[in-house]
Amino acid sequence: MLHRFVTRAELAAVLLLSVAALPASAASTAFVGARLIPVAGPAIANGALLIEDGKITAVGPRDAVRIPRDATVVELDASQVLMPGIVDTHSHIGEIAGADGSAPMQPGVRVLDALNVRSSGFKRALAGGITTVNVMPGSGHLISGQTLYLKLREANVIDDLLIRDDEGEIMSGLKMANGTNSLRDPPFPGTRAKSAALVRQQLIRAREYRDRQQRNDTKDDEDAGGRDLDLEALVEVLEGKRMVHFHSHRHDDLMTAIRLRDEFGFRMVLHHTAEAWRVAAEIAAARVPVSLILLDSPGGKLEALHLEGRSAPALEQAGVQVAFHTDDWITDSRYFLRMPAMGIRAGMTPEGALRAMTLNAAQMLDLGQRVGSLEAGKDADFVILSGDPFSVYTRVQQTWVEGVKRFDLDDPDDRLVAEGGFGALVDDDGGNHLHEHHGAHR
Amino acid sequence: MNRRNTGWVRAAALLLLAPACGAASAGDIAVRAGVLHTGAGESFSPGVVVIRGGKITAVGTADAVTIPAGMEVLEAPVATPGLIDARSVVGLAGAMNQPHDQDQLERSAAIQPELRAIDAYNPRELLVDWLRQHGVTTIHTGHGPGEVISGQTMIAKTAGVTVDEAVVRPVFALAATLGEQAVQGHARSSPGNRSKAVAMLREQLIKAREYREKGSSTKDDGSKPSRDLGLEALVQVLEGELPMVIEAHRHSDIMTALRLAEEFGFRLILSGASDAHLLVNEIRAAGVPVLLHPTMMRARGTEVENSSFTTAARLVEARIPVALQGGYESYVPKTRVVLFEAAMTLPYGLDFDQALSLVTIAPARILGIADRVGSLESGKDGDVVLFDGDPFEYTTRVIGTVIDGLRVSETPR
Repeated sequence: MLHRFVTRAELAAVLLLSVAALPASAASTAFVGARLIPVAGPAIANGALLIEDGKITAVGPRDAVRIPRDATVVELDASQVLMPGIVDTHSHIGEIAGADGSAPMQPGVRVLDALNVRSSGFKRALAGGITTVNVMPGSGHLISGQTLYLKLREANVIDDLLIRDDEGEIMSGLKMANGTNSLRDPPFPGTRAKSAALVRQQLIRAREYRDRQQRNDTKDDEDAGGRDLDLEALVEVLEGKRMVHFHSHRHDDLMTAIRLRDEFGFRMVLHHTAEAWRVAAEIAAARVPVSLILLDSPGGKLEALHLEGRSAPALEQAGVQVAFHTDDWITDSRYFLRMPAMGIRAGMTPEGALRAMTLNAAQMLDLGQRVGSLEAGKDADFVILSGDPFSVYTRVQQTWVEGVKRFDLDDPDDRLVAEGGFGALVDDDGGNHLHEHHGAHR
Repeated sequence: MNRRNTGWVRAAALLLLAPACGAASAGDIAVRAGVLHTGAGESFSPGVVVIRGGKITAVGTADAVTIPAGMEVLEAPVATPGLIDARSVVGLAGAMNQPHDQDQLERSAAIQPELRAIDAYNPRELLVDWLRQHGVTTIHTGHGPGEVISGQTMIAKTAGVTVDEAVVRPVFALAATLGEQAVQGHARSSPGNRSKAVAMLREQLIKAREYREKGSSTKDDGSKPSRDLGLEALVQVLEGELPMVIEAHRHSDIMTALRLAEEFGFRLILSGASDAHLLVNEIRAAGVPVLLHPTMMRARGTEVENSSFTTAARLVEARIPVALQGGYESYVPKTRVVLFEAAMTLPYGLDFDQALSLVTIAPARILGIADRVGSLESGKDGDVVLFDGDPFEYTTRVIGTVIDGLRVSETPR
């Protein structure tokens, strides 16, 4: 990426501090006896998960995992399930904001600059078993701004939540949309064709900007003009460094998104996709991953009129990589598990549903090497359930992020968040009660 | 076709044969289920329900109930009574969410008791189909929350192509709202806050009292007032002919509703009632039933942020009559499905039969239609839902819906 949130020196200081804050003992913890769903392999009855320093060190049948003598052993019941933490590819928790009403394309705007780390939304997500989340800027633009990939760690300031890549860069994507979502009065587009033309023109500008910058680098020419934050973000998109998360519903809008990707060669995940079931083969042929939302009923807006659960099996059978997302508040993070279950109801395989909400989702955020499955070397992000992940009778009992227990149903405060009740969702800082009841979506 | 659907398919094949036998007539059908939940606290495994002329004639274990020769038989792993949505706006509110299909709220005035639901109900609305396909056979629908008195409600079956075919009760109640929803979102200066809204409501009810007194005058001296449709409806409320369904979420608004019911002596049914878990004793003492918000209602905003998934269980435990509603949705999803909402009470304190009652016999009793629907018992309407497993598991599908003995949905959902 071309710019940084903190300097490397600052980052090093942050890292040093967090090491100092760790408990003195670095001994490992073993979770034994539960049914393990590693996702990377078949389920293991009476399994053992060994973690140390926030990482998974071993996974396997209990009698096959060597548990160190000084390890803390957590005995679980055979009826309990231990599976990877859920990855939510599209959420709006954190009382965030992105682009405003001034223009249809605002790629320079960042969620990073508008997130309340004390929002109760993070607690709701943990109560739902979510450990990693892509927080997306608001809706209603062709380009709503830069998203933010977060780990739901204990957080005092936003830095505590960030995910950094191998170069120390903050990981995030770009939110785009088409269809009726971004149709408004000028300067917004009024039609679909205008929407596509605006986006194409802007991406062409970004190409030219990149070429100019590259020439500058070689010629050391000072006259090429200053930095443009909007175009910088789009250059990252053009170079494949920044994933595009594309809100799209109607079958023809889905194909338009694919056409744009083909023209400019960016990397893209399609989001929501009410009518994916109508063009599943085409999406498969284009090799585009899809993050689905399944809802209780169709409608609410014209482009969701044909939203049905059947997209889940249709995409799975066509060979498309599928994930699910809450779009919180559209669906409450506390109920994440019901969505893959609805996918199964519509005909998806349970294996596909498990992979969708973990490893597939992680891969859509370029985090497949770090989270999404229980494998040695990966982050110790996992949930403990009272039973089958897809049963309505099952409850999320514990949620762990990087070896730290972040939600415990036995803790009265956590339980209040999980079940609701007086004061359950009051934000730690007194709360922002000015938000409207429902999003101003089109 | 899914393997779980074979029973339904076989039954459909039987139907094709049935007319050839000449034995079937409209509304004659039998359902044989691996587990038949009657909704009256009993279940039969396997169980049979026999429907003739649209009405249930026999219910019991498969070996105790004889299915008449030649009668069409539907088979399913599990069957329940038709589900009831205790409070909806579906049929007035449509899936498209465009101005032309949103008839659930008239914003020209705060108090309009004269607005009838039957004049706006669209029985061919996509959302009516959707509910029917998910086993919802009866809905209490009509004008939604959002004005002090937004209009009338009705009760309908989710079948029929005209409102006359669908309707069970053309008028059930007046729909009223207390709290934020009634004071915001309109373009008028009043009501601008809670006190004003209540003052307006009390004033109108007092007017209705006076209207009734003048109207009942025996003197033929021309003192009888000319007819006023709005006041007529309010008089029906004062006389106990119609209940007032008051949408109230915040604890203080629930108490206001109880205070108004006491002052004017009308039959109160609380709707929404997010904070009901804080007022269990008060609601029980007032003897008021609750049409509880959808379990998964978004807990967003000051009025509803204290809602709890355990409220249904707490009200049931306190023996307060409680039923679940699909409610009103302004965006996606455009309606909720009470089957899903009842399912979500299971991990929060209710058992299977209690959860089922929230969407069957409990709403039937509160809505005064338990003589017709709400359980599988002889003499009641032949409304049955067929499932391929535990009705409340999200991975289970509805494989058929029967209303008045007619198969009205075969789409696996």
